[in-house]
Amino acid sequence: MLSLLLTSLPLGGEQGGGLLSAIDWARAQFALTAIYHWLFVPLTLGLGLIMSIMETKYYRTGDAFWRKTAQFWQRLFGINFAMGVATGIILEFEFGTNWSNYSWFVGDIFGAPLAIEGIVAFFMESTFVAVMYFGWEKVSRGFHLASTWLTWLGATISAWWILVANSWMQYPVGCEFNPDTMRNEMTSFADVALSPFAIDKFCHTAISSWIVGAVFVVAVSGWYLLKRREAEREMALKSIPIAAIVGLLASVLAGATGHKSAQTVAAVQPMKLAAMEALYDGGTAQGLKIVEGIEVPYALSFMATNDFNGFVPGINDILKGYTREDGTVEPSAQEKMERGRAAIAALAAYRKAKAEGADASIVNSQLSIINSNMPYFGYGFIKDEAELVPPVAVNFWAFRVMVGFGGLFILFFAVILFFDWRKKRPTPNPSREGGELLPITGEVGRGSFPAWLLWLAILLVPCAYICSESGWLVAEFGRQPWTIQDMLPVGASVSDIGSSAVATTFWLFLALFTTMLAVEINIMLKQIKRGTAPHPAPPQGGK
Amino acid sequence: MITHSSLISLLQTALPLEGEQGGGLSYFFLQHYWCFVVALLGAILVFLLFVQGANSVAGSLGYTEQGRRLIYNSTGRKWEFTFTTLVTFGGAFFASYPLFYSTSFGGAYWLWMLILFTFVLQAVSYEFQNKLGNFLGPKTFQFFLTLNGILGPLLLGGAVATFFEGSNFIVEKGNLIGLPSLTGGVGGGSLVISHWANASHGLDALLNPWVLVLGFAVVFLARTLGILYIMNNVDDEDIRSRGSVRLIGAAVPFVILFGAYLVHLLLKDGYAYDPATGVIFMEPYKYLHNLLDMWYLLVILLIGVLLVLYGIAIEIFGPNSQFSIFNSQLNKGIWPAGIGTVLTVLALLLCSAWNNTAYYPSTADLQSSLTMQNSCSSEFTLRTMFYVSLLVPFVLAYIIYAWRAIDRKKLTREELESSSHTY
Repeated sequence: MLSLLLTSLPLGGEQGGGLLSAIDWARAQFALTAIYHWLFVPLTLGLGLIMSIMETKYYRTGDAFWRKTAQFWQRLFGINFAMGVATGIILEFEFGTNWSNYSWFVGDIFGAPLAIEGIVAFFMESTFVAVMYFGWEKVSRGFHLASTWLTWLGATISAWWILVANSWMQYPVGCEFNPDTMRNEMTSFADVALSPFAIDKFCHTAISSWIVGAVFVVAVSGWYLLKRREAEREMALKSIPIAAIVGLLASVLAGATGHKSAQTVAAVQPMKLAAMEALYDGGTAQGLKIVEGIEVPYALSFMATNDFNGFVPGINDILKGYTREDGTVEPSAQEKMERGRAAIAALAAYRKAKAEGADASIVNSQLSIINSNMPYFGYGFIKDEAELVPPVAVNFWAFRVMVGFGGLFILFFAVILFFDWRKKRPTPNPSREGGELLPITGEVGRGSFPAWLLWLAILLVPCAYICSESGWLVAEFGRQPWTIQDMLPVGASVSDIGSSAVATTFWLFLALFTTMLAVEINIMLKQIKRGTAPHPAPPQGGK
Repeated sequence: MITHSSLISLLQTALPLEGEQGGGLSYFFLQHYWCFVVALLGAILVFLLFVQGANSVAGSLGYTEQGRRLIYNSTGRKWEFTFTTLVTFGGAFFASYPLFYSTSFGGAYWLWMLILFTFVLQAVSYEFQNKLGNFLGPKTFQFFLTLNGILGPLLLGGAVATFFEGSNFIVEKGNLIGLPSLTGGVGGGSLVISHWANASHGLDALLNPWVLVLGFAVVFLARTLGILYIMNNVDDEDIRSRGSVRLIGAAVPFVILFGAYLVHLLLKDGYAYDPATGVIFMEPYKYLHNLLDMWYLLVILLIGVLLVLYGIAIEIFGPNSQFSIFNSQLNKGIWPAGIGTVLTVLALLLCSAWNNTAYYPSTADLQSSLTMQNSCSSEFTLRTMFYVSLLVPFVLAYIIYAWRAIDRKKLTREELESSSHTY
């Protein structure tokens, strides 16, 4: 009954348990789990950096205030970290469960970064996060500090390898197709691990995650100031500038790395760039649309090529074929589809000939056809060139949300630092100096930060998450219909699972993750409300 | 201390080589090496299931609310190792044997999804259960820990059993290009390489009684190890005295179930293949032959079993017990039992794959069975990953160092009261 209900939902594609509807569910499930996972990763990377800086201050000064401050942020880090771990395990295994063909077709290349991530990064994270939480009274200050930094480093290295894997899907390099094993095989690990696409993506993604952590710390601190929380006031006032410096630095660097990423995308995924801009007919000296009808002249050409007069192809140019600025001709979509079909047909003939023990010349002639058409292999699975155009509206708006908020964050952190720098009135520290408590009102209670700015900080927390998720929407919607750019479309990547099975697990994970997210947010809010007060013991009782 | 180079020499001289010989990293050697790495990770994972085992008996072993908290806080400092080992096991399997990854995970869908689901529940349960704001209540998350504590080992044990009992799948690599509309009728009309041959997608494995026997053996092994771990890690007389009694209830069914499965394994027909042609065939007493051919695995298996039994015995018959026979050190049974578990599982997993054995047999189509030869990554990838695996000793070293630092002082009720971070 449940399965019937689930398969009847109009998600698109063929209904009734056919392969296409299973594809839809598999995509929806991967999107769901990836989006949920990415709610927790940026805060892990961003807050991890900031809490490590705070513990470093404790290590250098020996001041118990910094220890208490670091422990407070680590407590919030832990609540978020648990959800990141929980949602992350599904993603790795989903490649096998939902994308079985993909797992064989490119597993020779794609599996390596995942294995390295486990060996190098996950063990580092899981080992040292335990020391960070339980080692305060058991290990030296230096060892504890190293553990905190290594927890963050492990998370960052993990991000590196998973982004290497993701980048390879967007820009497959360092491999060649083996017709005997029916898969792509790695030929250069360095090309895969140090692909320029991966480097740009990692820098942009990791650095932009720091923004989420910085906004979070400023917002939580701001809430304490707004609520005139005496016990947390000093912590808030000293956390804000640290977070704001990290945030401003990250926002500026995210802009710079974003510009570099855009150029890489323009070079290797021009259709994604065209979709991001809703650019149907390209040309030289292209302007960047703010919204439809309003544009910054020459800005798109500069963003894509570093040249104000650079050529940027539009969606129609890419479908019809065009000539790049270096003179190379990009074939039309129809030609690519024909060459893809030729590669597939030749591959079938090659395997048949080998199985029948045919003459070497026949085998070699088919091999020659395969090799010459292999760059367009994936196009052989495309039935209509319209399938090659990613969802334009989603890409267009997600890109604008990402860039818009990114610009806002630069301004926000600059203003925060300005008010912090402008601070003229001393903010006494009664708790540490033993002085008389001053009435905590107005600017004295909030340091020098105006209330509107602190409320803005709180409002910007969901915006930071929306900004971060929007980046992923651009990256992933923009490469449709490909799981691996030009090599394998999503339709040829899936497992032989009925749509009802995938739909059932989709709803199960949706219910589970949503419930856990609600619990997590509630716990986080309660922890913030409690502030630095000692952790109360759970209720005692008998059996 | 065994170095990697000595391990390579040892493996190269010890393996029953029938493929390429020579001192370099041959494809044949790399296939066996990565099988060893994956099997070792699997063996360590089974050992680390003590976390699940302890959680599954937390109610009776802890008895009071505070006793249960002690147990959850003790396993809560180790659960990430189990979780990480599971993820790394999956990653290493993907990197070295991608056809297994695509066939088993994509085929035995429900089996793996259930495993993952219970591990997801576990991952949040520690952090959330006693936090203010947990509107589901602590009991909900304690139930999740118990659920994971039973289903996790049961299903993982069942999955291991399929390496010997077989699974219902068909592999045809040509399917990817077999869509008639694309190739003008070439191929069989199906696009997916690996198919499950029935609609239950992995749950059918649980209908095989021998899969259940090994699955429940792993459940009781995890409980046994969990009790031994708690007795070692928690400095609490109440829990330790209950532990020595509860241990009997877990160890006896484990020994019976594992013994039964071992006898069944040694007497059953196995899935062999001809390395020259790749043709797979049934061979009577294949796994017994494997242990006799690879005598070193037999030795490892026997040492492993004896260590597990010794670890159990010194707690049941130790000086702290009413059945006292041994005058051994108190509460140290987890070490021999843990090492014995790793050795036993390692030997069994290698027995399922080495010596020209199909490690993931198909009951639907014998020739679809997966072997090290037909399912592994390319030589280049295996060699690259071999160099990466040289980092493993460093990883193990810092894990041991950090683990010792945290466990130097056993967990007490007093520490729970004073600690800045508890579950």
